[in-house]
Amino acid sequence: MAPDGSARAIATPAPLRPARSPGVSSLERLARRRSTIAFVMTVPLILVIAGLVAWPAAYAMYLSTLNRRMTASVGFDNYMFMIESETFWMVAWQSCFFAITAVLLKALIGFWLAHMLHNLPVRGQRKWRGMLLVPWVIPPALSTLGWWWMFDPSYSSINWIINVFGFPDVPWLGHPWWARIAVIMVNVWYGAPFFMIMYLAALKSVPEQLYEAAAIDGATSSQKLFYVTLPMMQNIISITVLFSLIVTFANYDIVRVLTNGGPRDTTHLFATYAAQVGILSGHLPRGAAVSLFMLPVLAVAAFFILRGVTRRTREMM
Amino acid sequence: MSEVNLRKVVKLFEGGVQAVRGIDLEIADHEFCVLVGPSGCGKSTTLRMIAGLEEVSEGEIWIGGTMVNDIPPKDRDIAMVFQNYALYPHMTVFENMAFGLKLRHFPKDEIKRRVDRAASILSIGELLDRKPKALSGGQRQRVAMGRAIVRDPKVFLFDEPLSNLDAKLRVQMRTEIKKVHQAVKTTTIYVTHDQVEAMTLADRVVVMNHGVIEQVGPPNELYHHPATIFVAGFIGSPAMNFIPARLVNAAGALTIQLGQGLSVPVPADRTARYAPHASKKLLFGIRPEHLTETTRTDKQNLAPITVDLDVIEPMGMETLVHFRIEGTPVCARVDPAAGAQAGAPMRLAAHMDQMHLIDADTGRVL
Ligand SMILES: Nc1ncnc2c1ncn2[C@@H]1O[C@H](COP(=O)(O)OP(=O)(O)O)[C@@H](O)[C@H]1O
Ligand SMILES: [Mg+2]
Repeated sequence: MAPDGSARAIATPAPLRPARSPGVSSLERLARRRSTIAFVMTVPLILVIAGLVAWPAAYAMYLSTLNRRMTASVGFDNYMFMIESETFWMVAWQSCFFAITAVLLKALIGFWLAHMLHNLPVRGQRKWRGMLLVPWVIPPALSTLGWWWMFDPSYSSINWIINVFGFPDVPWLGHPWWARIAVIMVNVWYGAPFFMIMYLAALKSVPEQLYEAAAIDGATSSQKLFYVTLPMMQNIISITVLFSLIVTFANYDIVRVLTNGGPRDTTHLFATYAAQVGILSGHLPRGAAVSLFMLPVLAVAAFFILRGVTRRTREMM
Repeated sequence: MSEVNLRKVVKLFEGGVQAVRGIDLEIADHEFCVLVGPSGCGKSTTLRMIAGLEEVSEGEIWIGGTMVNDIPPKDRDIAMVFQNYALYPHMTVFENMAFGLKLRHFPKDEIKRRVDRAASILSIGELLDRKPKALSGGQRQRVAMGRAIVRDPKVFLFDEPLSNLDAKLRVQMRTEIKKVHQAVKTTTIYVTHDQVEAMTLADRVVVMNHGVIEQVGPPNELYHHPATIFVAGFIGSPAMNFIPARLVNAAGALTIQLGQGLSVPVPADRTARYAPHASKKLLFGIRPEHLTETTRTDKQNLAPITVDLDVIEPMGMETLVHFRIEGTPVCARVDPAAGAQAGAPMRLAAHMDQMHLIDADTGRVL
């Protein structure tokens, strides 16, 4: 860092193109440029990210090419093994099913909650907003433990309620499909408030006059929703969905606590399966390979969603 | 027929703010009616009640012979232009203008025909594919007007449509709006706080203050015959001077005493009108343009007064001079060649034909 040059440039707004006055070294000119200063100031963050993300990722890639005892390289054998494993494909399918269903439900429920809150009188809103955020602020490992207890075959309080309405017991965590539904339910319960709070902020940012203009243009409430609210919220929706898709796809704690992947590996996600293969079964390189399969899936989703966001930002804002 | 009638309309907001306190107004078919008044006087509220965006607390609103109190905005057959345009940012100009027609299930070619026609009236034909973000303020304003025009509604409602534009564009768009009205002749209700806009655009001006109508009339009538001190002071720029005065009856001839040794005679044709008010607390009202240098000889009833000038403001085509009469600041508009000098005395002529006498207690112009 050039302390002299950068300090001066911050004190006085630096011109976009540095003035070429004689006697100023090119190093100093470089330091004066805004982009240089911006870069210098983000260096600490870049280092942190590199240490916490890039290095482990790179290490995982290296690891995934080793043999079980990590003594020699086996090339892509670990990946090939996974591609030929039936369990792996079930995990891949379950991860996609889990992530897509859960995100869809979270988005819908979050939108519905946000709408309800938005139309509440201002005074009641704070209280309800606070209460609805509770699932999101409890550490999921803890709250999932609570759910696990509610799903427990012998003491299930949920089954008790179901019995009250005259339906038979549900084998929540013992049957593959019920277990899949259970992990999705808990994930939705935990994640919907995040969507709600994002959508609430987005709803509040739609100018009231657009609704008035739409009312005069002849829009009914559902037409206002489709032609004004949703298009205006599209960016927030996209970004929230993308973010949630990544987090949900890579979910670990809920499945780990609730089902631990069972019954018969049917609820495993990439992350829990990677932990199972890599740590519990002791084949670390193969576990790394499993977790790396997430990368291309998420990268493709991120590419398309962010492309839409960029285009809309350029056109609308 | 698309006349608009307001009958004893009241708006009481939650929390007890009475924004509109009983307005009666009849707006004729094809009329361009401007609601003008200071900020917070209830203009927008009135307009929004006509649009159906605010509920009417009391009274009735009729549009084209139908009582619309309980009719939602979309069924009132009105179009509104908002101050900050309220264009849909995610739609192109064409889609913005077509939206109202699309919701009303107009056939595609009819929508296209109407949008093209409005676009040509407003000369925005080449902007149809752009999004609002890519438009200048004036262009957005045109699109907002286009959105109203394509609907071909019974009534246009404008809420301070030019307030967000810079001064030059505002004058230009003012002319534009007038042209559009001459072209489509739709009944128009236009809200502004700018009296110049009101005077230049209106067939009839409605001056509002504190939620009531002060006066309704054509621009020239408001200028020459204001009914109240509020209207007298609001219309015209610089504003009318109000000087505390006494009426003195000396042998059948009335004079207005403005201060120590400063008096002006009442024109003979007004003597009978003013005589009964001699005992009241009065204000002498005269516009700066009716206080001029004495060299003008083309006018009748000029009363000379001599004053000590405090400040002079040359404006180019005229000079504003400021002085005090018994402590009351007064402004006059004189010829730049009249030789006004700050700190020096000057002889001015009051055009007594243009004077007003105001009851200081009731605020009525006598
Ligand atoms: N939604 C509202 N709730 C309460 N008071 C309001 C509301 N809208 C306007 N008012 C009040 O009503 C009065 C008139 O407002 P408005 O019609 O907007 O004035 P303007 O003549 O400037 O357009 C103001 O005192 C304003 O504070
Ligand atoms: Mg207003």
